[in-house]
Amino acid sequence: MIQIDLKLFVTLAKYLPRGSGAHEIKEGTTVEELIKDLGIPPDMVKLIFINGKKQDGNYRIQHKDRVGMFPPVGGG
Amino acid sequence: MVNQGRYDRNFSTLSHEEQALLARSHVAVIGLGGLGGGVCEMLARIGVGTLTLVDGDVFDATNLNRQFLSREENIGASKAQEAKERIFAVNSTIQVHAFQAYADETNLDDMIQGADLVVDCLDTIDTRFLLQQIVQKAGLPLVSGAIAGVCGQVTVIFPQDLGYELIYGKKKDAQSSGVETLTGNVSYCALFIASLQVSECIKVLLNRGDILRNKLLIADLWSNSFDVMELI
Repeated sequence: MIQIDLKLFVTLAKYLPRGSGAHEIKEGTTVEELIKDLGIPPDMVKLIFINGKKQDGNYRIQHKDRVGMFPPVGGG
Repeated sequence: MVNQGRYDRNFSTLSHEEQALLARSHVAVIGLGGLGGGVCEMLARIGVGTLTLVDGDVFDATNLNRQFLSREENIGASKAQEAKERIFAVNSTIQVHAFQAYADETNLDDMIQGADLVVDCLDTIDTRFLLQQIVQKAGLPLVSGAIAGVCGQVTVIFPQDLGYELIYGKKKDAQSSGVETLTGNVSYCALFIASLQVSECIKVLLNRGDILRNKLLIADLWSNSFDVMELI
């Protein structure tokens, strides 16, 4: 297992019961697999950030990565 | 006499040369709701000399929770016209072009003519893509803000940039609305993101400071987190 810092924004936050913060996942997990494991409908995730940089769902998450997911936001 | 000392408190955050440059600048604000109402007032107060203000909508009661230009007595009134009157009341030295029109492919070109910079304060994703396309074609920078609940985002798009495609995906696959349809929008988040948009406008106009080009600032006010993410 590896430890990551996970942050789910806006409407995604409800899929992380403890809120944002430390989270443990299996080594070798991709972002796409993490989204599935958390029960998030894939089309709800519009942006994926790893350590502050945009990535896609195929990214294989590393120990101590900061993982952020953001839904589409368009209000004015 | 009221104009004597008007900008005294801008100095020396701004130099006198920068203040003069702002006075010669022209910014178009597209959308005059929660974001745009705050953006146009702050641009007028700091002294951007010419403002183009665009919105086809009229105020209704649901605007009162967050839109600074809305008041109980102007429900039903044109947002563009009310914005013009508000700007005149705050800073009568500002030249205002107000258009009561919904931005679309037939009118945007004409409405942004003469502007140095455009601010996207719209509330639908598909219209944001259209605005980007037209602003890029005109060779102008676009300062974008968007909100949902207590979260918001800001970025700056230059003519050569991929812009919204980096945020929302391909135009053809993008939804018309985001999660703001689920969260609603609140006053303090709207004004907070509007402030960041104005900050980016001033930096672009003055060519000063760090600009959020190909970067997305994401703010979450529940957790007090402010992240600047790299989009490329």
